[in-house]
Amino acid sequence: MLIPPPAERPLQPLPLELVKLTKRFGAFVANDQISLKVPPGTFHALLGENGAGKSTLVKCIMGYHQADEGDLVIDGHSREIRSPYDAYQFGIGMVYQHFTLVPAMTVAENLVLSRPNTPGIIRWKEEREHLREFMKTAPFQVDLDTPAGQLAAGQKQKVEILKQLYLNSRFLILDEPTSVLTPAEADEVLGLIRDKVKAGHLSVLLITHKFREVFAFCDEITVLRRGKFAGAGKVADLRADDMAAMMMGGQREARVVRKLPRERGPAALELKGLCANQDNGLPAVNQVNLTIHEGEVVGIAGVSGNGQRELVEVLAGQRPATGGTVQVHGQAYSATRAEAFQHKVFLLPEEPLRNACVPGMTVAENIAFRSFDRPPIGRAGCFVSRPAIRKFAQELITRFSVKTRSTETPIGDLSGGNVQRAVLARELGPGTAQVLITANPCFGLDFAAVESIHSQITEARNRGVAVLLVSEDLDELLALADRLLVISHGELVYETTPAQAEINTIGHHMAGH
Amino acid sequence: MSAVATAHDPAATRGAPRTAVRWRPALEAVVLPVGAVLVALILFGAFCLTQGRNPLAVFAAIYQAAFGSGYSFQNTLVRAAPLMLTALCTALPARLGLVIIGNEGALVAGGVAATAAGLLVSTTSPLVVISCMLLAGMIGGGLWITLVGFLFYFRSVNETISSLLLNYIAIAVLNHLVNGPMRDPSSLNKPSSFPIPEDKMLPLLGSTNVHFGLIFGIIVCLLAWGLMEHTTFGFKVRMIGGNIRAARLAGLPVTRLGLITCFLAGAAAGIAGMVEVAAVQGRANESLAAGYGYAGILVAFVARHRGLPIILVATLLGGILASGGILQRQFQLPDATILVFQGLVFLVILLSESLYGKFKFFKETGA
Repeated sequence: MLIPPPAERPLQPLPLELVKLTKRFGAFVANDQISLKVPPGTFHALLGENGAGKSTLVKCIMGYHQADEGDLVIDGHSREIRSPYDAYQFGIGMVYQHFTLVPAMTVAENLVLSRPNTPGIIRWKEEREHLREFMKTAPFQVDLDTPAGQLAAGQKQKVEILKQLYLNSRFLILDEPTSVLTPAEADEVLGLIRDKVKAGHLSVLLITHKFREVFAFCDEITVLRRGKFAGAGKVADLRADDMAAMMMGGQREARVVRKLPRERGPAALELKGLCANQDNGLPAVNQVNLTIHEGEVVGIAGVSGNGQRELVEVLAGQRPATGGTVQVHGQAYSATRAEAFQHKVFLLPEEPLRNACVPGMTVAENIAFRSFDRPPIGRAGCFVSRPAIRKFAQELITRFSVKTRSTETPIGDLSGGNVQRAVLARELGPGTAQVLITANPCFGLDFAAVESIHSQITEARNRGVAVLLVSEDLDELLALADRLLVISHGELVYETTPAQAEINTIGHHMAGH
Repeated sequence: MSAVATAHDPAATRGAPRTAVRWRPALEAVVLPVGAVLVALILFGAFCLTQGRNPLAVFAAIYQAAFGSGYSFQNTLVRAAPLMLTALCTALPARLGLVIIGNEGALVAGGVAATAAGLLVSTTSPLVVISCMLLAGMIGGGLWITLVGFLFYFRSVNETISSLLLNYIAIAVLNHLVNGPMRDPSSLNKPSSFPIPEDKMLPLLGSTNVHFGLIFGIIVCLLAWGLMEHTTFGFKVRMIGGNIRAARLAGLPVTRLGLITCFLAGAAAGIAGMVEVAAVQGRANESLAAGYGYAGILVAFVARHRGLPIILVATLLGGILASGGILQRQFQLPDATILVFQGLVFLVILLSESLYGKFKFFKETGA
């Protein structure tokens, strides 16, 4: 089938409707009879917890997946979309959570090359003329000659959206587009899109977790829960409580361990003037001074990419510090195995499969990473006892309800939540931790898993563990932290307590103004 | 399997009951290489057809020449010994995530060092001579590959390229030494070092033609297997090879462990060089670089870098190498024909590496 050039595609958004759409992966039902209607010129939010089936649903619209049952109705006709090219033909485009720009190419080159029908020889003079015309109608302006790699995150996200407008997409799917933006940038980008929608040029289907965005920009919502339709309605008729109830399904177990009031203990982890570089050699962490005492959780908030990843990597021994000192219990600490064991420093890093596990080794071996060279697993100073590893792991697997077929399954075969539980079992299972460093421990996990990890962290704090919690989730920080710091451009710029915290002030400091 | 672990598993409660079948992943590690060798046999058969020879007759001749008689099997084992040792030079760093192909260079370096040491103490007892040669061979080969490790860990030089290029340097150094400082003036046609006294060379095993190097090869392979599978050192090496970020998180000294592994790898190939000098050549000359190093790479990959399978695979490949002459004599095929076979096996084995995990049958749970 030939793809018509953008000009021949619909000029107005087309009404799109999903009718009882079902998508299965093997025996697993990712989407169960889901119906959804987006009339032209509306801003529609798709809500749901992680793993509720939102991504699968939009991938069915974009043609990455084929629905097993149900209909996709566009402009009153049942249509089949077999690939993203078919979606393009109907004027449907998607902006992904992660950037898809080529960093070394300019904005103009990125835009032109995104066209499916880019000719073999590009007449740049004509293309530039065309781009200039296009930019006159665009909701936001970006310098066409800047290489994409030099743009800030907010600018990049704008280019992603411009790309869809340039392709004449009339139905935009936005997959958590604001997760990399500051609140101010998010408001600006969504506000400008909102104007386009109001003018009747666009329909938008927005996947989000943030109620604030729903109330500020959306007309209607559809909520999914565990692959099923869980509710829908007009934003004007709903309160945040209603939406939360639809998402959580009233299954919220109020088993969060309470923070016990306790006196601040002696200093456990001290950072003095700590500096570190990012991968490209530019400074990422700049003169961080921080003291964490026994029995307190210190939270670090910040928009991702402000040095928190590098900070945690230095503490984990994955990245060399370029200046400053780290001390644990008053002694210099450089994250060697002996020091980590002596001071009982444990880590719960983000993306545990990438940072804390060897995917090809078994679940049991992965659980033994902290203890394989000590009795009872390590024997005679140099031998590893396999039966002892299995026994040790089996007990922790049961206690932390890690769902695995056997202790000998490669950990890479487990689901994300279970990998996280296995790492949690390894780091907190022995119960000997004195310092716990954790970064986005709940990223990508479902509600139950989040609750269980939060209780483990609070429990550790109550036992007197010094906890450093780096997170991009402000709610998580406000719930767990005793003190809250904001990191911006590699520096700690603001300190408050959850009791006194004011969201606007925190957001202001996160944005680095 | 554990009822506790599977009871909550949605996969277990949903469809048909599934049971863990632990031998299936192990079977995969056998079926794929064997299948790959079969495919290579078919391709080589096709090659023989293009040369106008009956492939079945060629295979039969290869089998006869490799394993057909006591004499030919001894011949095979003589070739297998250095292969076991050079294979470890690729296999040990592979567990660490490094692809090192400097086996030939490490063998040569070990052989030269062993010769020098043997000549220095040539007036002492045979046991002392052989011990000194063994030690010097290990140190020579070990340092050679440690150099690759240094370049990699401290200067980020690609370990595959640097180890490959070091092969040429080692051979050039060998040629320089046997043409200069170490040259025996009586070696006219083939410049060689002074010889190790014959009564101080490695003895043969009993009344066979097989020398003591085979024992070295088997012992070192067993040691390497034990080291990797049953010691904390091997556990650490596998952690680094599987995910260096996780290894750093666990506080492992990545660079130190890497350099030690490189040394051990080079030392194994160095022993192969020592064995070639002390048991076969009796002196250092260009015959040291006979290709055992490169064939060792093949052995390591076919054996998936595991110590025990290396013993078996080295024996098989030793047989194939031993049958090179028969193809020339009996079928008038060029000498290089056996290299075509070897190359085909290597290529198909590498291809088969990409198939691991692609067949449902080999998963822990049956379909």
